[in-house]
Amino acid sequence: MSSSAPAGGDATVSVQLRSGVYADSVKLMQVSRRIGARDGVSAVLVAMATPLNLELAANMGLAPDGDASPEQLLIAVRADDDAALADALADVDAALAERERSTGTATAVAHRTVGAGLDELAPEAPALAIVSVPGQYAVAEAADAIAAGRSVLVFSDGVPVEHEVALKRAAHDAGVLVMGPDCGTAIVSGVALGFANVVRPGPVGLVAASGTGAQQVSCLLDMAGVGVSHVLGVGGRDLSEAVGGLATLDALAALDADPATERVLVVSKPPAPSVAAAVTEFADGLSVPVRSAALSAETPDLTAAVEALLTDMGLDVPVWPARPGPAEAAVPGAALKGLYSGGTLADEAMLLASPALGGIRSNTPLEPGLDLGTDLSASGHLVVDFGDDALTVGRAHPMIDPTLRLEAIAELAASDEPAVLLLDVVLGHGADPDPAGALVPALRAAREQRALPVVVALIGTEGDPQGWSAQADALAAAGASVFASNAAATRYALRLLGAAS
Amino acid sequence: MSLGNLLSGPPSIVAAGVDVFSDALRAQGAEVADVDWRPPGFGDPADLAALALDSRRAAANRTAVERLLAAGSVLVDVRPAREVIGLADRTLLHSGPPLTWEAASGPMRGALVGACLFEGWAADVEEAEILLSTGAVTLDPCHHHRTVGPMAGVTSPSMWMWCLEDPVTGGQAFCNLNEGLGKVLRMGAFNEEVQVRLRWMRDVLGPVLSKAVRGSIDAGNDPLDVKAVLAQMLQMGDEGHNRNRAGSLMALRELSPSIVAVEGVPSSDIAAVLKFIGGNEHFFLNLGMPTAKLALDAARDVPGSTMLTVMSRNGTEFGIQTAGTGDRWFTGPANTPVGLFLGDYGPDDANPDIGDSAIMETYGIGGFAMAAAPAIVRFVGGTVPDALATTERMYQLTLTENPAMAIPIMGFRGSPTGIDVLKVARTGWLPQINTGMAGRVAGTGQVGAGLVQPPQQCFEQALAALAEEARTA
Repeated sequence: MSSSAPAGGDATVSVQLRSGVYADSVKLMQVSRRIGARDGVSAVLVAMATPLNLELAANMGLAPDGDASPEQLLIAVRADDDAALADALADVDAALAERERSTGTATAVAHRTVGAGLDELAPEAPALAIVSVPGQYAVAEAADAIAAGRSVLVFSDGVPVEHEVALKRAAHDAGVLVMGPDCGTAIVSGVALGFANVVRPGPVGLVAASGTGAQQVSCLLDMAGVGVSHVLGVGGRDLSEAVGGLATLDALAALDADPATERVLVVSKPPAPSVAAAVTEFADGLSVPVRSAALSAETPDLTAAVEALLTDMGLDVPVWPARPGPAEAAVPGAALKGLYSGGTLADEAMLLASPALGGIRSNTPLEPGLDLGTDLSASGHLVVDFGDDALTVGRAHPMIDPTLRLEAIAELAASDEPAVLLLDVVLGHGADPDPAGALVPALRAAREQRALPVVVALIGTEGDPQGWSAQADALAAAGASVFASNAAATRYALRLLGAAS
Repeated sequence: MSLGNLLSGPPSIVAAGVDVFSDALRAQGAEVADVDWRPPGFGDPADLAALALDSRRAAANRTAVERLLAAGSVLVDVRPAREVIGLADRTLLHSGPPLTWEAASGPMRGALVGACLFEGWAADVEEAEILLSTGAVTLDPCHHHRTVGPMAGVTSPSMWMWCLEDPVTGGQAFCNLNEGLGKVLRMGAFNEEVQVRLRWMRDVLGPVLSKAVRGSIDAGNDPLDVKAVLAQMLQMGDEGHNRNRAGSLMALRELSPSIVAVEGVPSSDIAAVLKFIGGNEHFFLNLGMPTAKLALDAARDVPGSTMLTVMSRNGTEFGIQTAGTGDRWFTGPANTPVGLFLGDYGPDDANPDIGDSAIMETYGIGGFAMAAAPAIVRFVGGTVPDALATTERMYQLTLTENPAMAIPIMGFRGSPTGIDVLKVARTGWLPQINTGMAGRVAGTGQVGAGLVQPPQQCFEQALAALAEEARTA
């Protein structure tokens, strides 16, 4: 059944009823929309001829002649002229015949939260969340992990201490660990997280409130032929009064229960005395022997702590690798200029040098009176930690981006203050793939400009992507004296200052 | 302390944030899944943190979810609103959050006018408008009476109500009877055609259904398990909101024997009732909605829970409630749906979002079970993979999966259930709602169907209120 007739003005109308054709209403609404959008088409209704649709058609002046039944397909089009009408009707047929092209499977919907990501994992398999989102948002992601019964490494800084405490309490209750916030280093069953070195597997577990401290210790152990089971970072504030060692205690308990761990070393910057005491008391109750490598004025030397551990294990202390530099004369009265990327290494240098040099000014001073402020090129003995939060705002960590430190070296080269330059260079995962590549030209240029002994603490292993020896040779060729031990490097610098203790 | 097996072998990593870590981990051969993290869609970071750290939240949400999942729904009676919810004379219920006549949209006004005419409170439209505009008729949200209503949701004392009961808690929920499509009261139409149908529903359909339902129960049969029908619908191409074909036919199948057994009614009326039900693809919607309402009412008043208990619209505003904030509404201006239109209606003819039917999405089906009803996704020109993706996204907004509401194409995974305000904020994704579209002008009726989302504003307010509550708890 079909009718086609001029209707009102020059418009042309076609109203058809087709039998034996069914399409669902959504498909037909799409067809109507497509035809209605054509130039020259003023009204269209393609629909099954149900009473409701017949009423709609009548309201549009497109009612079919004669009886219609709901099993019939109504195709009603009003167009400006015959050509437009014919084209529209042809397009109706084309649209009805068109198959939706298979678009294959659904595009995977990306997970927006740590909770959604963890939800996908098999429940029994070991898993860990890593959170490095801006600090104010880190807490929700970390809380997701705890709620899912998973441990979490929070690399983000800027997490308020009360959030840290709340997260660590919740984690303790859930039987999981919060590493961090501001935790840059961990190794879990051989998987290096953040800034960590390629070290051999072995029996020593580290609990580290200090990232570069853990790197120094694990690298020295590796050089002594001793591997680590795990390095559990706990965040720089964990041993503060406010946090009270919440994660340290949980990490110790976990390593105590871990069959792969035979000895534990706790590495940290100077802890709050009450917390240090609590940790010691807790450790004494464990079956695994725990030794402290917490820095303090009395125990200023991470290398010594490693050596003591080796002795505990009945092992010989090796000669730590070094590349002696040119035989440079001591420059008594010169200033120590320690330009560090690792905070704990900077602390260690200051703790070791202070007895010989007196107070050392710093942006991360051992005591508030020695605060350097923002003048990183002040005269006198100073140690700058370029990894301090204040100096990493809007830029990558100095282990990745050497710009600020290279600028400081250039400034030092241009000054006429007698000085000995002490640097750390940290290798491993996450670090600059070739730190010597950037440093060597800067050191050469400085040493051409003026007399400037350079001492480098090179923290790494042969297994690291950069390779300890390759980096050491390059730095030594540029005139630097290179040591695997930061303590050894610092003492060498003191000797050059004529201030060896 | 074993840290959940953390130290037992190389861990799988889920990483959110900068990708340098993930790259380094992949270089070591570790298994790494990157989260597509981005800053929260809304919310004060301090509020988000307060909720993330609220020690009550996990347990409270578990409680809310358990109650939601446990709730059942059986059809126990059909009675007039006047009797079941004590709806007083000159009182009308409407969908969505509280509303005044002044703020009411076209279709809501049309439905309110139509109800005044139907009840005989007014002889004509003008009289009805005077009653309504002078406050001579009291307006109250359905949700305040354990009731839900699709579209305008206008419920008057003489309308017959489905009476559903949760066998677990003994809770009750109610909904009026569905009128069908096109020119119907709930879409804002009120002409004589609408009045004739409403009177027939009052005089024939309601009494027959009432006798059928009671008769069946009196004869010792189990009451109709509405939740079970809902579960089966999802296996049959329905999503329970915009597509109720299978559910309506199953309801017809279940009810027919007892309808036919009703005595003292002319067979022509029985035939008319059966034809009416069989001809209305959305007949089941008014059974599905109170089923969802029962489950969400069971989850009410759980301090610390961030789960939604209501999403609802009155044609002017969209309102939500949460389990942790009781009866408090959080509202914002309703969006206008996007979709396909009947006849030559177009986007300009559509009224903003209206109806209590978003209770289906609140319950985890409807738009959330889009994957169960691929036909619906074409309302916005989407594809079947889009339907799957929509449901996948909704899993990230919800607290659990409802094993009773399995979605075949998702490997019979339970539908994403229990919308979490905190997850909505963190993902920046708003709930997806399937909906009908009423004409903007009173009296028009239905103009189309499509998809819509709540205004973010509701969730912003709810988040702030929940955080405030968490701080003072």
